[in-house]
Amino acid sequence: MTLLLNRIDDRLIHGQVVVGWGQPLNVRFIVLVDDDVAESDWEQDLYRAGVPPEMEVMFHTVEDAAAALAGYRADSRAGLLVTGSIASMRSLVADGDVRDVNVGGIHHRRGRTQHLRYVFLTDQERAALRELQSLGAVVTAQDVPATKPVPLPELLLAREGA
Amino acid sequence: MSEARGVVAGHGEFAAGLVSAVDAITGCGAILVPLQVRGLCGDDILALLRETLVATGCRVIFTDLQAGSCTMAARRLLREHGEVTLVAGANLPMLLEFVLSSLDNPNAAAVAAAERGRNAVSVVGAQE
Repeated sequence: MTLLLNRIDDRLIHGQVVVGWGQPLNVRFIVLVDDDVAESDWEQDLYRAGVPPEMEVMFHTVEDAAAALAGYRADSRAGLLVTGSIASMRSLVADGDVRDVNVGGIHHRRGRTQHLRYVFLTDQERAALRELQSLGAVVTAQDVPATKPVPLPELLLAREGA
Repeated sequence: MSEARGVVAGHGEFAAGLVSAVDAITGCGAILVPLQVRGLCGDDILALLRETLVATGCRVIFTDLQAGSCTMAARRLLREHGEVTLVAGANLPMLLEFVLSSLDNPNAAAVAAAERGRNAVSVVGAQE
């Protein structure tokens, strides 16, 4: 198996990740890339407590994650990669050979405009997603497996809640 | 302060649905505050929970999934408020027990309610 999903989600590990994707894909490990979590034992314990016993969670800073991804791709088990921001994923696209990016959840915050029920973006974030694509990644939005993936151009045009 | 003694939070309409059911069965739905968190990031869920506890005086939080965003936010809140009790994996029998118990000590009532909810699951019919 390999890393089956490379997901941007500001909630990091939560129900959609563990159950929504984790169960149908039979995921056995999650690679969580986030500088704050990687530096906090308490945060790591929090995320470990949220996953079932058969699921392992590995923590990396953005800086050390890219070099580790080849090893995770060679793992015989099914895994997911999660970052909390577009900027973190950009590093992994540029330096970690990530070629498919799932925008799974970028939620409401002041200054963001709603595109989908689960995607809100600033101008800078829209540009950052375009940059991921220009770096060679295929970018789609999809919160859970049962919904249709939304290609980046369609995502950027979409407006909900306006 | 309101008569509310517990906050319910979870995915989709989980909280509103359960509180609606509690109210339909007991007329005591006002003891529970349902939170809607759709579209919120983790920080905003935490802020909403914190504001709700302050506004209502509630010291008990019921959530749906162990890995859910509401559970994560509530666990962070417990770091700030040691007097808060979190029950993850809430169900209807659990909430009924909670609202119908003596709420002089909501934290103790939450522990008893969790036990009731845990024991309220049954499987009937053909099994392999």
